[in-house]
Amino acid sequence: MRKLSLTSILSQLLLLIFVIIWIIPTFGLFISSLRDKDLLSISGWWTSLTTTEINEIHRMLGMEYQIQENNYYIIKGSIFEGNTGKKITSFGITSKKINEFSLGEIATFKDNSEVTIDENGNYVWKSKTEFTKKKGKRLFTTSLSPPSFTFDNYKEVLFKEGIGRAFINTLAVALPSTLIPLIICSFFAYALTWMKFFGRDTLLALIIASLVVPLQMSLIPILTIYNDFGALFGVAAKSYPGVWMAHTGFGLASTTFLLRNFLKSLPNEMMEAAKVDGASHYDIFLKIILPLSIPAFASIFILQFLWCWNDLLVGLVFLDQVPSEIILTAKLKELLGSRGENWEILTTGAFVSMTVPLFIFFALQRYFIRGLVSGSVKG
Amino acid sequence: MSLLNLSFIVLLGILIFVSYFHFSNSFLDNYNRKSNGRLKFENSIRVIIFILPAFIILFVFILYPVFETVRLSFYDKFGREFVGLYNYKWAIDDPEFRRSILNNLGWLLIVPTFSTFFGLVIANLADRIWWGSIAKSIIFMPMAISFVGAGVIWKFVYEYRGPGDTQIGLLNAIIVSFGYEPQAWLTIPIWNNVFLMAIMIWIQTGLALVIFSAALRSIPKEMIEASRIDGASELKIFFSIIIPYLEQTILVIWTLITIIVLRIFDIIFAMTNGEWQTGVLANLMYDWMFRGGGDSGRGSVLAIVIMLGVIPILLWNLYKHKQEQNI
Repeated sequence: MRKLSLTSILSQLLLLIFVIIWIIPTFGLFISSLRDKDLLSISGWWTSLTTTEINEIHRMLGMEYQIQENNYYIIKGSIFEGNTGKKITSFGITSKKINEFSLGEIATFKDNSEVTIDENGNYVWKSKTEFTKKKGKRLFTTSLSPPSFTFDNYKEVLFKEGIGRAFINTLAVALPSTLIPLIICSFFAYALTWMKFFGRDTLLALIIASLVVPLQMSLIPILTIYNDFGALFGVAAKSYPGVWMAHTGFGLASTTFLLRNFLKSLPNEMMEAAKVDGASHYDIFLKIILPLSIPAFASIFILQFLWCWNDLLVGLVFLDQVPSEIILTAKLKELLGSRGENWEILTTGAFVSMTVPLFIFFALQRYFIRGLVSGSVKG
Repeated sequence: MSLLNLSFIVLLGILIFVSYFHFSNSFLDNYNRKSNGRLKFENSIRVIIFILPAFIILFVFILYPVFETVRLSFYDKFGREFVGLYNYKWAIDDPEFRRSILNNLGWLLIVPTFSTFFGLVIANLADRIWWGSIAKSIIFMPMAISFVGAGVIWKFVYEYRGPGDTQIGLLNAIIVSFGYEPQAWLTIPIWNNVFLMAIMIWIQTGLALVIFSAALRSIPKEMIEASRIDGASELKIFFSIIIPYLEQTILVIWTLITIIVLRIFDIIFAMTNGEWQTGVLANLMYDWMFRGGGDSGRGSVLAIVIMLGVIPILLWNLYKHKQEQNI
């Protein structure tokens, strides 16, 4: 028994290491998307989980805020806007000695004005002579910052950076690109499974061969067809219907294959009995096959939907890269190029693009896994 | 396009296909009933109604393009003039092409191997531990997100700041805390490929994991219990029983990941765009589709080289299918 428990501890440890390595990158992205964008670029995301010491420079208010009190000219203010939860531990008045004074001490500037500050950032700056400058002097503070998170990045990214629109565009690409092949292929798979016709075996072999054909083989000819079509009818060559059809084409083989595997497992007698009763193939399809196929449809829907949602290449080639058509993945790639240093935009944008897949993943994991296991192969 | 228009055409697009099937079939049903089921060719017409849309799409989007791409590979950049093997000769002499082939081979060797291996190990570990299903969920999660999303996640991990600055990328922060110099990981030739592959392994391990998990359940428990009683160690059981038992599954997963890796595009396009010698065939092809106004000849050659990689798998699948049919 001793030996067994040692193995058990070791395997738990090993699995834990795997889990940590696998979750950390995504977790870091998520935490970063909730951080203040200025902090994001100067400190690692892991520092935001604990109280950290940060150094900042602030400028005090200028002459128009001064008031007169007992022979002193006084400017009062706070260096923090609103309640940030930061606690000041020390401060300074020159950039060379930013920690010169501790809380409660009086710092004296060269012009003999004096400043004190409390831990919440409220300062009192007083002078015997009148303040004459429009801008106040600089204060260097060291403060302890508790973990703080904000949705500001999300507001910015959704409405200013065009991610919100790209989200809708992606939905407009992915929904029809999933439903259309599901409709077409369910009839196709039905015919391949239950109807007898000339060339059925050849067609089935074609489907199986098409399963592994990489979509790169289709890109150039189809783009040419689209361009010719656009020129002939004077419409835009790249458009939503074009993308739906392309996704339908590339998903056709795998959708048909998976559906046929499912239909094959249904008992033949049911079909025969219905036929004897005078039901047509369409009746059988609607009243018997459709209700029975709901779980299979769910699996295939999820696979194809995630594929379309996450696709980059098809959306890049068959859609114009303009705000009204660009999809999330293409938008993210664009931001990676143009805003590569703005991590608040990238992390938040990436997380927005992941919301739908993650929702599907957590809510419908069972169907997702079932679809994958039943033999997902996609060129 | 306004949102209202957009939702309208989305609905319309779906509705067209639903109506096609519904009205054509109902019409045929009615007609058939009126003629008391004596309608000739009822069955043939039905077959055509059922398979026509799928067949047209299969033809236009897969079959025709395969032949057209092969044809275009023998033509000039506009697809007008026959140039024989010129495009193929160009490819062989092109340093970018050779680089891409080597990189693709590296991807094909490393990613399926590690994904399958990790998947197998994790499936085995998780199978025996009470929190195993949570662990599986976490490791499977990257399967749901896009390659570009994964790219952003890992670009953040690999983020580089100059030696004096605070590192905000996790990898460099770790390296620096051990006293080493920070590295711009994605710009170190040869090694940067490994850092890109790590992303793919991170994603595909989940696929291997779920399929192995399902397959593990088919191993008879008695067999493992018996060998345990005989005093076999866990490692021995893993190598002498589990691996031989899962041989078929290992092969299936390996092929599956190989097919996915062969057309790998998004990760490299998003992270390095093929710079610093990270290019692969799919990226080079995309490049040639648009570079200098597009060169359909060279693009087609590159597509065909990718296709050559899957032909053995294609033939094997057909062979297996034929065997199943004969049973």
